[in-house]
Amino acid sequence: MATPAGKPVPVPTRETQPYWEGCRKHELRIQKCVACGHYQFYPRLYCTACMSEQVEWVRASGRGKVLSFTIVYRPVSPAFAADVPYVVALVTLEEGPQMMCNIVGCPPEQVYIGMPVQVTFEDRTEEISIPHFTPV
Amino acid sequence: MESLRGAVAIVGAADTEVGVVPHLSATQLYVKAAKLALEDAGITKDQVDGLITCNSFVEPYLYHAEMIAEYMQIFPRYCLNVATGGGTTLAIMHHAASAIATGICHTVLITMADNMLSGLSRDKAIEVMSTAGHAQFERPYGPPIPAFYALLAQAHMHAYGTTSEQFAAVAVACRKHAALNPAAQMRQPITIEDVLNSKMIAYPLHLLDCSLVSDGGAAIVMTAAERARDFRKKPVYILGVGEGHSHEHISQARSLTTSAAKEAGERAYAMAGVGPQDVDVAELYDCFTPVVIIELEDLGFCPKGEGGRFVEGGRIELGGVLPVNTHGGLMSHCHPGHPGSLFSVTEAVRQLRGECGPRQVDGAEIALVHGQGGIMSTHCTMILAKERS
Ligand SMILES: [Zn+2]
Repeated sequence: MATPAGKPVPVPTRETQPYWEGCRKHELRIQKCVACGHYQFYPRLYCTACMSEQVEWVRASGRGKVLSFTIVYRPVSPAFAADVPYVVALVTLEEGPQMMCNIVGCPPEQVYIGMPVQVTFEDRTEEISIPHFTPV
Repeated sequence: MESLRGAVAIVGAADTEVGVVPHLSATQLYVKAAKLALEDAGITKDQVDGLITCNSFVEPYLYHAEMIAEYMQIFPRYCLNVATGGGTTLAIMHHAASAIATGICHTVLITMADNMLSGLSRDKAIEVMSTAGHAQFERPYGPPIPAFYALLAQAHMHAYGTTSEQFAAVAVACRKHAALNPAAQMRQPITIEDVLNSKMIAYPLHLLDCSLVSDGGAAIVMTAAERARDFRKKPVYILGVGEGHSHEHISQARSLTTSAAKEAGERAYAMAGVGPQDVDVAELYDCFTPVVIIELEDLGFCPKGEGGRFVEGGRIELGGVLPVNTHGGLMSHCHPGHPGSLFSVTEAVRQLRGECGPRQVDGAEIALVHGQGGIMSTHCTMILAKERS
């Protein structure tokens, strides 16, 4: 699926629905294992640390650090051409899991590995909001 | 059976013409490569009882291996289609070797091809490029394939001080070798400055840090070691093989700087009973320059973090301590997609046979071939040798 502008729009599954509902409310949700306390992302049927199926959704702090990043000069598709140069990054959340994102709200050349960042949301369609990160 | 060590041999190996090959369709490249490999082995198609292919982006079939068997009019007892990216080649050779060693079949033909350069429309090419990555958790951020690898490159630079010049040295070495290979797609020598001055694609990767888009096919014939002397050319033996699998999506990787090439390599060395110091020539998966540096470390050719320094000063060029990608690799020989690593295998076979002319590594007895697929996700290392033990 893609927006009229052509950027990909995630299609939630039964498993990922609570995550995307959270994003719609501008809340970053991850899973926490009731049995062992392990946090995980992306969402799964059971805890990857202890295999307990008692995993619950919690709101993450939304804070993290840049694990790595790149500045994209040749966009993946025409839909991203207007954004060039844009930052694709991996962020390690305070709770432990890592996720991909764009770093927004600062010039690309100011991004660095280890940079403290905070989640922010882009309303890509009326139903889907995408989490990004921005410098604290 | 305790080990595949020395149990199986490669008895035929061939490439089609590669680079820009507009006069052959994807399917024709598969069957052309297969025909050339059978000729190289000196056998007819009726002697093949196992067939493995990988699917084509350009002309996919639901049952691709069956399609190629049907096209060639062969009727194998073992028929398998695998497609897991660039690492596929060596992993399917691992499966083929297991099938031969356990008697499922005797003579396996592996053929892989595609025409990503001539066969894809612009729209289709964008579609193929933009379907990499997790549909919900990666693609929304617009990462082109080089960006995934740029994340690894940056992490390595940050952790170990690796430089853009060191990445560039990999591309320079591959091109130097391609200049000696009449079959290679890109043969004009380049310098480190040329790489650094080429267009920035995804920082820190420049255009010349990236592999090519090509047409082409390659094929090999494998059989049991005890039958291998019945074929036309001197066999090349599989001494060791190992795999390592760490993730599918880069955002889920355990580490950005150490890959499952480490496990793959350790398993292959253990089976072969050799170590990195015994390897005369290495054909390493080189979709992007930093990948070679990480592989050199993970495969034990230098300590972790030293890969950047290892590639300096011509050490991975012909005449250096470890010639790497003597055919030119994916960056200069050709990269038609999934088949990439199979050209590394056919090159290793030619090196061990002593057929490489001006790019021959003198006295090459042991070759290491490494393939990786996904985004440093799936790894397979194979150690090939002139002698069975
Ligand atoms: Zn748990």
